[in-house]
Formats: sequence, C-alpha cells, structure tokens
Amino acid sequence: MRKLDRENNSDMQENSEKKYRDSADPHKYLEQLGNVDPEEAKQWLNIGVDVSEENRAGTFIQKDCSVVHSGCRNQQVEIMGISDALKKHEWLSDYVWRLISPDKDEFTKMAHEMPHEGYFIRSYPGARVEDPVQSCLYISEEGLSQHVHNIVIAEEDSEMHIITGCATAPHLRTGLHVGISEFYVKKNATLHFTMIHHWGDEIEVRPRSVIHVEDGGTVVSNYISLRPVGSLQMYPVTYLDGKDSVARFNSILVAAPGCELDVGSKVVLTQPGARAEIISRAITTGGTIIARGEMDGQVEGVKGHLECKGLILKDGIMHAIPELMGRVPGIDMSHEAAVGKIDQKEIEYLMARGLDEETAVSTIVRGFLNVDIEGLPPGLAEEIDRVVGETQHDAM
Amino acid sequence: MLKIEDLVVEVEGQTVLNRINLEIPAGETHILFGPNGSGKSTLMMAIMGFSGYRVTRGRIYYKDQDITHMPIHERARLGIGVAFQRPPAISGLKTRDMVSLCGGQRDVDVQGLAKKADFERFLERDLNLNFSGGEMKRSEMLQLLAQAPELVLLDEPESGVDLENVVLLGDIINELLERGVRYPKNPDAPPHRRKGTKSALVITHTGHILDYITAEKGHVLYDGVLCCARNAREILKWIREYGYEECFRCAS
Repeated sequence: MRKLDRENNSDMQENSEKKYRDSADPHKYLEQLGNVDPEEAKQWLNIGVDVSEENRAGTFIQKDCSVVHSGCRNQQVEIMGISDALKKHEWLSDYVWRLISPDKDEFTKMAHEMPHEGYFIRSYPGARVEDPVQSCLYISEEGLSQHVHNIVIAEEDSEMHIITGCATAPHLRTGLHVGISEFYVKKNATLHFTMIHHWGDEIEVRPRSVIHVEDGGTVVSNYISLRPVGSLQMYPVTYLDGKDSVARFNSILVAAPGCELDVGSKVVLTQPGARAEIISRAITTGGTIIARGEMDGQVEGVKGHLECKGLILKDGIMHAIPELMGRVPGIDMSHEAAVGKIDQKEIEYLMARGLDEETAVSTIVRGFLNVDIEGLPPGLAEEIDRVVGETQHDAM
Repeated sequence: MLKIEDLVVEVEGQTVLNRINLEIPAGETHILFGPNGSGKSTLMMAIMGFSGYRVTRGRIYYKDQDITHMPIHERARLGIGVAFQRPPAISGLKTRDMVSLCGGQRDVDVQGLAKKADFERFLERDLNLNFSGGEMKRSEMLQLLAQAPELVLLDEPESGVDLENVVLLGDIINELLERGVRYPKNPDAPPHRRKGTKSALVITHTGHILDYITAEKGHVLYDGVLCCARNAREILKWIREYGYEECFRCAS
C-alpha cells in the first residue's frame, strides 16, 4: 500500500508529474442551464447540483478548466468565476493566498502556477440567503490535472448555505483534482458548507482548505464521499479567531476496495468562547481510511469534542487518529473514537424482529451513517441508501 | 404451540440446559422461575436461535414445525416474538422506524401503538440509546405490539421497572396476549374475559409480574434442569417461603 502523509506527498508528486496534463480544451459558456447535456445533469444531481435551480439561490459550474455557467437568482449573494471576480473587485486580491501559502506543498504550488478558475461566492452584509447556492466542479477529460482556487466570503451578519459537488465523467479513469479554498466567515456570520464528492476509481484528489472565523461566526461543514476514489487526502484547517465562534464538521466516508482516504479536519481555537465539534463516520468495504481530527485549544474557556467512528465491514483498514492539544488550563476538550465491525448482537436483535440478515445489516449501516446532518440536499438520503445497498455484498 | 423435547444447549462449550422438556399449548401463558444463572435466558435465546447457544441434542417444535436449526428471522416470521432484558442500542436508527420495521409487510399505526406504551416522546430517539430500564422495557413491548407475535417470550419484564410503570407493563402484556379483563365500549354491557390463542413464556426471577398478569402454569429451572411444573402462584409461594434450593430438593 502506498503510504499517504499529510505533510509530505513525495511519491504522489512523482506520479502527478508523470501522468497528468495541465490543460484541457475550453468549453463553451452556457447562458441557459437548460442546455446542459441531460446525462451530465443527471450525474450532477447525485452530488447535490440541480440544473433546474429549484430551491437554489445561485449556480456555478466549471467543467475541466472552463467556467460554463454562473449566475444568481438571489440579489443578496454573488457567485462567479474567480478570474471575473478579481476583475470586478480590486480588493479581492487581498483575500487570495492570504490563508494558504502557495508553497505549502506541491499541490498548492501547482494551483498557484497553473490556475484553472474556481469559484467566488459572497453573501452581502446582513444577507439571509435561505436557499443554498450550488457549485459544481467537473472533470470530463482523461488525465487532466485540474487546479481550482475558490474564495468564499460570508460578510458580517450574513447567513448562507453552499452545496458544492465535485465529480468526474463516468468513463474517466485517471485525473487529479487540486482545490484551493479560502473561507472567510466574518462577524456573526453563519456559513453552511456541504461538499459532496463523486470521483472515479483512479482519480486523485487533493483539496487544500483553510477557514477563518471572526467573533460570533459559525461554520458548519459537511463532507460526503460515498463513491470509489483512487486516493483522497485533505486536512482543512479552521481558525476560530473570534470570541464565541463555532465550527462544526461532519463527514461521512465510504472506502471501496482500492481506495485510499486520508481525511480529517483541524480546528485551532484561539479566542475565549470558541467551540468546535468534529464528527466522522467512516465505513470501509475493503479500502483504507485514515480518519483524523485535531483540536488545538490555545486560550481558556474554549470547548471541543471529537467523535470518530469507523466500521470495517469485512476487509480494509480503518485508522482513527483523534488528537487534542491544550496549551493552557481551563479548556474543555474530549474525544471518542471507535473502530470495529458490526456487533453480531445488533444484527440478531433485528433478525428477531423478522428482518433477514441482509436487511438487518443495511439497517444498522444506514443508522451508523445517519448523523443528522443539517441542511443536506434531499436526494442525498437516497444516494446514501443506494450506496448502503451496494456495499451489502461486501459485508456478507 | 411450542414443544421442546429433550433439549441440551451448550454455551461456550459448557452445558447450560440439560434435557429440557416443555410444552406450551395455544392460548396458555407459562412462567419460568429460576435463580440467577440457572439458564432461563439461555432457554429463551435457544428457542429464538441466537448464535452462541448451540443445541447439541433434542428438538424445538413450533406449531408442529421443527425449528431447531431455523434462522432467527424465519422463526420471528412464523410468529415468535421476544422481549429482551438488555437489548443493544442501535445508533442512528429511530425508534419510530424500528417499530415500522417490526410490522413486516403490514402497515403499522406507530403513533397509536406508541400511545398505548406511553412511548410517543421517544419515537424520534435512537433505538435503546440511553434509555432507562423502564424505557427499554416499553420500547421492547412497543416493538412486540407492532410485530404481533403468537408466541411471546419475555425475559424478566419487570426488572428495573418502577411501580407505576409495572402496571402499564402488565397492561401491555395483557394486550399483547389478548388476555386480562376487557371493558366493552358499550358501558351497559358487562366486562368480559378475553380468551385468545396467544401463548407466552415469561421469565421471572422475583415473580412480581404475577401481580399483573395471569398464568396457566409455572416451571422451575434450577442449574439447567427443569425440576417442577405446577400452578404458577403455588410455585411462587413455595419459592418465597422456602427458597429455590428447597424447591429443587422437594422436586428431586
């Protein structure tokens, strides 16, 4: 097994240099979302992106290296490609590469030297954007190395929900996705960010995200990866740099045979009253999952809880790494980690109510993945059901 | 309804039940007395077919069908239902959804049944997660109400339940077994005793449940051997007076 290291991805770099192309043929901009290829539209629905835009405040779609659509239906929010945004707002350059250093690793370097768009999403001060804004990052060309740079700003006292789906065309075998994302959650703003991944079997994925939260700000981030991916490594870092700021992270991960998922989040609590919660549910049906979670409590009066639960249905590796660091007295942080298989007692308990073994297992797995995530797109529960149904055979 | 012949059951290589013979006819409730560790729960788990309870000799028949080696869910579907003493918690599975699942193909009036079990406010909770002793029993009973089994196996239904709840529990058991006194909807008609065809095996260590339900017969299990079968109240009186040991001595 190839080892993944979050600080040093040296063997990955060699692979990347060998395999991928840095550019793709441009795609035509679509004024009307109705002109999207129906096959693609169907795939996007799986990742929460609905081209009918029903109950959506705005949409951004990028295919390979081109922005193919962006627009908003709600006047309290801005959504556009990052290069257009940089032309429109002079001040925006201050927000780019502020939280992440371009030389952090090889992947950030690639995104810095050869950027391929990305989105800019901003809620205006005081805005209450009820419907989610959706964004889709899509790879359709074999062997492409896609590097996007995203900036999200939730201005003071605003509230918004972003659903972002990332996927590859079904025929695609190889590719690399690098996503640099910088999030700014300002005073008393609330940002819900739901990211759904649906990659191909051999795609390599390297998101690099940093979130900055000011006084009274709240960030809720949900991450869902249910489908096979070659390798995925991400470790978003959140700085709770404001008094009474809040971060909540939920992730649901499923690793099929051959997949490597190294996923975690880190929260740095630097101001009194800051609170953080990281919850992850991971299932391996034969792949490798490293589920990390880290909290760094730097001042008195911060609170944090980490919960990392993993199931190995039959084969696979599940490595839970919860870390807590306190630098002063008067902080309250805890963690709970569990790795194992489904308890036979639970299966038989359900069988005693008349459920056959297969139904009993899928009922337990579905429950395990059900973490009561706020604001999930409605189709997602069905997608989870489909995946649970498909992983059934691996469990038996 | 249930017939057990010459049953020997091993748990982790140890013989826990030794040559048990027991018959429960349709419509009868039998009580199984016995001190802690005598094998009462093992008998129930073996009837239901749980793994870890190995039948090495003898047969179990349900409605004249040999179920000795049948998978658990098939026994449940034939009409055997069990209330566990310490059921496992299933996180993420809402109690409401579980009650629905218990109905199998039938549509279950979850809300109506939950009302009977005074369990409406627990329907959105994860099944058995952080339930108190009494809540767990009511959850088990609610699931059985939805399952509507013909043979009910109850493991210490009164243990860990406070006085107020034990009355409710007795009512639910009577409802489940179609027993007890039913007050007719028409207030002028006299109350009548229900006579159902449902059977039950009720495990009890203390016998308190007999204050709330009636039974046709009692059995005493001592050290893996069924040693006495007679009127349930009479047995209880003996046990209370002289203890299990004396009861066993008298019978042997």
